[in-house]
Amino acid sequence: MLLVLKKAGEVQKMLNEKDKVFQNLHGFQEPFIEGALKRGSWSNTKEILSKDQNDIIELVKSSQLRGRGGAGFSTGLKWSFMPKNTGKQHYLVVNADESEPGTCKDREIIRNDPHTLVEGCLIASYAIQASKCYIYIRGEYHHEYVQLEKAIEEAYERGFIGKNACGSGFDFDLYVHRGAGAYICGEETALLESLEGKKGQPRLKPPFPAGVGLYGMPTTINNVESIAVVPTILRRGPDWFKSIGAENNTGTKIFCISGNVNKPCTIEEEMGIPLKELVEKHCDGVEGGWDNLKAIVPGGSSTPMLPKNICESVLMNFDDLKANGSGLGTAGVIVVNKNNDIAEVIERFAYFYKHESCGQCTPCREGTGWMHRMMQRLVRGEISPEQIELLENVTKQVEGHTICALGDAAAWPIQGLIKNFKSELISKYNEKLKAS
Amino acid sequence: MSGNHPGLSNNFSRSGEKFSWSKDNLRSIKNIISKYPKGREQSAVMPLLYLAQEQNNNWISIECIETIAETLNMPKIRVTEVASFYSMYNTRPVGENLVQICRTSPCWLRGSNKITKTICKETKCEINDTSDDNKFTVVEVECLGACSNGPMVQINNDFYEDLDEESTKKIIDNIKEGKPNVIGSQKGRRSSENA
Repeated sequence: MLLVLKKAGEVQKMLNEKDKVFQNLHGFQEPFIEGALKRGSWSNTKEILSKDQNDIIELVKSSQLRGRGGAGFSTGLKWSFMPKNTGKQHYLVVNADESEPGTCKDREIIRNDPHTLVEGCLIASYAIQASKCYIYIRGEYHHEYVQLEKAIEEAYERGFIGKNACGSGFDFDLYVHRGAGAYICGEETALLESLEGKKGQPRLKPPFPAGVGLYGMPTTINNVESIAVVPTILRRGPDWFKSIGAENNTGTKIFCISGNVNKPCTIEEEMGIPLKELVEKHCDGVEGGWDNLKAIVPGGSSTPMLPKNICESVLMNFDDLKANGSGLGTAGVIVVNKNNDIAEVIERFAYFYKHESCGQCTPCREGTGWMHRMMQRLVRGEISPEQIELLENVTKQVEGHTICALGDAAAWPIQGLIKNFKSELISKYNEKLKAS
Repeated sequence: MSGNHPGLSNNFSRSGEKFSWSKDNLRSIKNIISKYPKGREQSAVMPLLYLAQEQNNNWISIECIETIAETLNMPKIRVTEVASFYSMYNTRPVGENLVQICRTSPCWLRGSNKITKTICKETKCEINDTSDDNKFTVVEVECLGACSNGPMVQINNDFYEDLDEESTKKIIDNIKEGKPNVIGSQKGRRSSENA
């Protein structure tokens, strides 16, 4: 348990190969059943399913696994919100609508190690008394969808899922539903709407999905990675999981690094690896060297960027990133160096949110368009210091005033830009003024 | 809104030909509907839109919508709503190869602008255009979820990743000449490992 007490800045070693949950993250081994059995999937599932449902929930709770989809809520606690023995149909819905710019982790799980997910679906469904589970996969992931369907077919053929799954007496059906290119369907209630055959527009909460979810029934929605790590946690025990990372930020995590690094990659590492180490060790550094770093977006497009001085020492976990004014989000690390205009990076995010706003709430529908137009002018150096303040002010009027978090997500990147690079944006305006 | 895929999802039109399901698709439909609870057939609207699109040369006509509404016993407007909300349903005819270039920041930081230029030049299309020979339709899209492999494009169902101008040109050339392409990384990576 010494590891749990690790402090910020302490030198860490790379995650041990044998502690990686996803042994085939990069697809060098057989992705399907033969490979999965060798990697230990399905080895004692029946035994796991012989445990009491509440015990499984307690074990997952005590592993301190926090949801990998962005919000970082305790997975076990979420499961415990499901009502017990209602006599109603319960559902598990797995969110594989991976669309947050900078994020490409679930894709690797699904195409290269799909049985970790299939087995996780079975165990999680058992724990929340759901005999049916839907995996909602983004439409663009066609190849991944084919891989997943094949893995599910294999699991049915071997009796791992279906009637009397793994000989446990538990009946379980697993289906895949394809999305069709709407980022908003990654929001859990929009996803439910979409699954019900409607436009993906988020629902008001409460009622929460645990009470009134898919088809009005108790439903839990989890991210792919959260579900896929569950079988390993139960096999190796919560203490093993907790021995990696730090208190309340436990386990391994898949990081996706993109943008201006020499070798962008997706990698499973210890939760809480220093950001600098992640970039220097796994991606062979920033293009043009560390001193050429401008800023890093640490957790997918929605999280505010971090300036270089914070990137020097920040740890890639929920709490440390939060303490530094950002968040772990989906752990999609986007590195920006000085050769690129940081304002244009954010302008493109602003366009993204404008494009993906579902149109339901006025602040978001109108605000994302307005913020994008301002960002375009900002990139051209056409907005004055007063207008920059106005822009910041408007982001705060969008933030927190919408049904779902898309409004917040559209506001934060712009706030992060202004917070960290205001003087630069102002000198851009002054230069333009001088030139004209 | 999501449906406002530049140039692709604005107005629906009629193809002028009756749309009825192929025999294979009728079988698939039964199977699809069985995935959802009784009385919740509407859930099948998205998979059916995919089926219709596939059968109808990769676009959704008003006739397709009418047939789906009839099959699922849904009002036409509900099907239309769904078809226009999601960007992957093409509401006008597209070329044989729908080339979707990712323009979001992670790909842009690695040169997606150059990829767009190369594709427009090689296919002789502007963004949102279809080439005269109907071989290509070129669009720019938002993040496709392969960020560690950017810049990347999707052509029909396939991802082409780790692109540069040369490999992009080669891919388009191969399509023109009817030669097969290597799907995935164009730099020889297996997936998104450090290499």
